[in-house]
Parts: sequence; structure tokens; C-alpha cells
Amino acid sequence: MSETLPRDTATTGPGETDDVLVRVSDLVKYFPVRGGGLISRTVAHVQAVDGVSLTIGRGQTIGLVGETGCGKSTLARCIAGLIPTTSGTVTFEGHNITNLPRRQMQPYRREIQMIFQDPYGSLNPRRRVGSIIGDPFAVHKTASGSKRKRAVQELMERVGLNPEHFNRYPAEFSGGQRQRIGVARALALRPKLIICDEPVSALDVSIQAQVLNLLADLQADYGLSYLFIAHDLEVVRHVSDSVVVMYLGRIAEAGPKDPVYDAPRHPYTNALLSAAPAADPEAAASRQRIILTGDVPSPINPPSGCRFHPRCPKAQELCSQQDPPLEVKAGDPSTHVTACHFPVQEGEVLARSGRTSGGQPR
Amino acid sequence: MSLLEVSDLRVSFSTADGVVKAVRGVSFSVDTGKTLGIVGESGSGKTVLTQTLLGLAPGGQVSGRAMFGGKDLLTLRPEQLRQVRGAEIAVIFQDPLTSLHPLYKVGWQIREMIRSHDKSVSKQQATERAVELLGRVGIPQPRQRVDDYPHQFSGGMRQRAMIAMALALTPKLIIADEPTTALDATVQAQILDLLIRLQEESDTALIMITHDLGVVADIADDVMVMYAGRAAEKADKHDIFYRPHHPYTKGLLESIPNSSAAGERLKPITGQPPSLINLPSGCAFHPRCTYVMDRCLTEEPDLVAVGATGQHRSACWLPVGAAGIEQDAEEIRRRAVEQGRHDAAAKVAEAIAAAPESQGSVIA
Repeated sequence: MSETLPRDTATTGPGETDDVLVRVSDLVKYFPVRGGGLISRTVAHVQAVDGVSLTIGRGQTIGLVGETGCGKSTLARCIAGLIPTTSGTVTFEGHNITNLPRRQMQPYRREIQMIFQDPYGSLNPRRRVGSIIGDPFAVHKTASGSKRKRAVQELMERVGLNPEHFNRYPAEFSGGQRQRIGVARALALRPKLIICDEPVSALDVSIQAQVLNLLADLQADYGLSYLFIAHDLEVVRHVSDSVVVMYLGRIAEAGPKDPVYDAPRHPYTNALLSAAPAADPEAAASRQRIILTGDVPSPINPPSGCRFHPRCPKAQELCSQQDPPLEVKAGDPSTHVTACHFPVQEGEVLARSGRTSGGQPR
Repeated sequence: MSLLEVSDLRVSFSTADGVVKAVRGVSFSVDTGKTLGIVGESGSGKTVLTQTLLGLAPGGQVSGRAMFGGKDLLTLRPEQLRQVRGAEIAVIFQDPLTSLHPLYKVGWQIREMIRSHDKSVSKQQATERAVELLGRVGIPQPRQRVDDYPHQFSGGMRQRAMIAMALALTPKLIIADEPTTALDATVQAQILDLLIRLQEESDTALIMITHDLGVVADIADDVMVMYAGRAAEKADKHDIFYRPHHPYTKGLLESIPNSSAAGERLKPITGQPPSLINLPSGCAFHPRCTYVMDRCLTEEPDLVAVGATGQHRSACWLPVGAAGIEQDAEEIRRRAVEQGRHDAAAKVAEAIAAAPESQGSVIA
């Protein structure tokens, strides 16, 4: 189940390996599936994350992409220590923080914060914004009274909210502003890593750009690292230094963003990139779309061998028998790794179906 | 004569807080076999617009005309509209899980759809038709899957089932309201591909409502950009993407991250969309517009032709030649702003510049 992964897959660029903030090694997270009946026993496991290794460098942004159910959010929650892992380790600045007891985890919780997708669901509607943002100070007992209020107002100003609005309720803010409240709360204890789980997916385009710029500014000012999860590939390309592509709980391809985006080796990465709609009619008309058949299989009973093989336009017999290791393919930089027996070559046309006639007028 | 011709449609709702002017005078037409993309952010009125046409937005005060096959949809009685809905105009909604009934089999729902419009079809025939439709939209093993419940389908398959249902009575027009927003990129590609193929096969007209400019670039022939209940700009898709005239359209295009400018700072539109109860005076976009001029504060611009063909129309006081993203268009805009901006507009412009992208007024 766990192939031998090269250390430092998805390293964050040359010279950054000494400055690793978080190192995830061979992380596995299975969720038990219980059967019915009087004595419910575990009948199967959802293999949400199955042997993932990656590193996050200081001040770096790692983009994590993949479709619904590929395990990207589970991985993020394991790294943040919100759910226990099944096996594998997570280290933070060299300290092993895997499955630490609550008390011992406490200091690390200050360092790792999260921003969630839904700015409506992640804020308590019955509490005032000032007290929501002030929560981290209360939990970690770092500031109280007027000192806390001042800190909250500074944070609000920093993320572009009017500090005089600390007495308002979340409902009085728009979607983009609520996401700013979430950012302020995550920022309160000056963490080193912020895990952003689809932070801009629920926002309109013009507002999305505002929030992305804010995240970039905060990173520049405070040297933050981001683990940035999104399904929008253009957004991930914009914010990330390195990209990790996940499929059914495993890494399909990882590396610095330019090689992964410009010369993707895994057929799945190729399909994802070709499927992403580009806001450019001519590019859309001339593009060869790789239309994958079917849906992502169930992680309870993943396909044998390479998990992508039932949907892969290049699949051969070997793919259903042998699990491909995550390794550097010929001609790629040493930080660009791919788990595929038959990686896509430069200039190769993968389009199996789709609109072949290109830019014909319709 | 176009298949659907909407002129000067206005919809408003009375609420405790005041009158919400959701749609404020929108005109457009759709031809057989063509796709109109309606783009806009949350609250721009794009959904209310199409739901009003189908009588699905009750409680609003509606005026205007919507001619479809010689009938004005806005004056039809509910039972007449019910005959049009489904049979002649079909709708595909964003969330396929909530638009399929969870307690009935998918095949049953398609069958009822067919039989409610044509009682002469037997159950047997309707089931056959459901199987055929499911196969046509790419559901594997349709004969078995026709007896599945919606929860046994994946998200993409549910959306396919919705499309099958929409196609059941071979409508002349399909209105798709954000049909791929809830789906993953690879599944979205499948669904868009399917819609394009089906449209080519049967020459159906399609209205695609979306906030995603990428989807529009892919599937639309013509595009209408909406802002605060009005059309800001209307054109064929090449003009919209390569020669935008309205600063809002230009702002939308510039705020999308794209590969050519990866790593650079994004250029968002400052501020927030306005409240539809308390609209800004003059042009509704002026508090967020970097090209604001004096007259924008007091006079609301009409949609006027800004291109060579008359097809490209924009509701903006900038001169006709100011369409495009190149330097010369920018130069025309700059000169227009120099002449047209005095004290009042300068204050707005200062406010926009002083609150770079972060401070927006709270909607309270």
C-alpha cells in the first residue's frame, strides 16, 4: 500500500530543503465503514489518504489540487491535527506532531491555522465579529480586555475591514468580507502555516481577486507558508510555488508549478488542465480537450494497480497490475515527480474524444 | 424573428426593507441553435430574469414583453405557462440533487415528465423513452440505471439525468442556470461537451447563466454581461473577451488569474456590488469604476452600439472607440476621463483609489 517514495517529494524549490516547515511522510488516513446489524463491526475502509509525502517550506505556498473525494481536505485536516492519522508522520519544524495528545498539541495549534471554504458556515451567526476574531486570544490566553480589543481592531484593519465594525454580526457583511473575517481569525496568533481549504471558491470573481491579493500581501509581510487547496487550477497556478496533484488518496504528480503546468507528465494532470475552462474563446476553441470517461471510483474499493487506470486514455495491462512509484521521469527536474508507468511525452496528443474540429463556427 | 425576444423586462419585489429592483429594463433575443451566455455576479439579476420568464419567481412586479412562438410569456396564465414549461422551454438547475425528488426513481421522474404533457403515451412507452434519453446523455447501462434512485447517481450523473429530463419533450429552448458550478473540472468538461453535442444534434437554443467566464468562452455565441439588474454590455463572445467596452466587463476579465500573468498581482474590482434596494445614482457601477466621470454620477447610460456592426452594445458614457484592452483604447479612455471628470467625480475616483481593493462599505 505504501510504495517507496523519494524523500522530499514536492520540495519547494532549489535551496529550500534546509528550510522545511512541515514534512509529511507516508501519511495514511483510513475511515472505517461500519456494517449494519446489532453488533456493528468495521466492514471496510475509506482509503481517503493513502501514503502521501510532501514538504512545505517556510514562506512557500503549496497548491493542492484534485477532484472531490481525492483526499485533499482529509490530508489538510491531518496536517492541522484536527483528525488523527492512521499511520505516517507529520513533523513541524522538526518536531513530530503526529497524533499528539491535546495538551501537547496546544502550542502547535497556534502555529497552524485554517481558513475554510464557506464564509457563511464557518462563522457563528450569533456572535459579534470582534469576539469571533478575538477567540484565538481567549483560547490561548494571550490577550484580554482592552488589549484584546485593540489587537482585534488591528487585525480587522490589516485584512481590510473597518475596525469600527467589530460590534456587528457576520450577517451584516458580504461574502468577501466574511472571508476576510476568517482570515483575520486565522492570523490572530501569527501562525507560521495557514491551511486554506478552498478559500475563494464561494466568492465572485472580482471579490476573489481581492482576497487572493490580501493573502499574497500577508505572506509577504509575515513570511507565512500556505497549503492552498482549490479546484480552480488557474487560481492555484497564480498563488503557488509548488503544486501537488492528488487522485483517489495518492499523489499523481508533484513539483514546481511551471513544469507541472507547462509539461504535465501524468495523464490525469493533462486531463485536469485540459478540462479547466479558460476565459479566452480562441484558446477554448483550439484546445484539445481530454474528456475522461466516468467518475472518480469509490475510495472504499479503489482500482488495483494505478488507481487512475480505469479512466486513463493511456492505460495498458501493466497499469492494472502494478502500482506506479512516484519518481522523477527522464528529462524532468529532480523536484518534479510523477506516478505513472507511461508518462506523457512532449507533444503527445492525448485527446481521446471531445471537439476535434477546433474553432469551427457554431 | 428570434425564438425568444425579451424587451424591457423589469422585475421588482416589495420587501420590508424596501423595493428590490432585481431586473431593471433588460432586452435580449435568442435564435434557434444559438447559445446566449448571461454572465454576472451574485445579485446581478441573472437568475430572477430567467425565472420570471418561466413564472418561477412569484411575488414580483413584472413589466415588459417576452415573445416566444407568438405568445407573450409574461401574460400567460399559470396553466398555459405549465404547458410551455418543460415541453417548449426546459430548465436545468445548478444543484441536481435538490431538483430530483429523492424518493422517486430517476426513470419514474422522467416518465412522469413525459406523461404529464402527453397523456396518450403509455407507461411502457415512456419508460422506453427514459432509457433511450439516459443512454443519449451518456449514462452507462441505462436499462438498469433507470430504476435507480437519485442518491445512487454521482453528481455528474445526476446532472446528466437532469439534462435527459430537459430533453425529454424536445424543447426549443433550454435554460441552464449554472449547470456545472457544483461539479468538478473534468465532469464539467463532460457536461459542457454533452450540451454542445446535443445542441448540434437537435438545433436547440440555449441560455447559459453562469458566473464563470471560462464556461462562457467555451460554449456561448453571444454574451450579455449583467450588473445590478441591467445589461452592462452585450456582444458576440469575441468582442466581449477581446474588445470589452464597459469597465465592468474589462474589470471582470482582468480579475481572473491567468497563466500569462501568473505570480503578478491581480487587478480586482474595488468595493462591493450595490444593494438593489438602494442603488447608486446615475450609472450603478460608478462607485467602483476607475473611469468615473461627472455625468456617471447623475445620468444612467443606455445600451448603445459601440462596434462596427451594431451587435456590440455597451451601457457606458465612455466614447465609442474605447473598446479593447490595447494601449490605444486605454488612451481614448484616459482622454475622455480627463475631459469628463471634475470635482464631483474626482471625489469618487479618490475614494476608489484610497481604498485599494480592501475597504468596501459594509452592506448594512
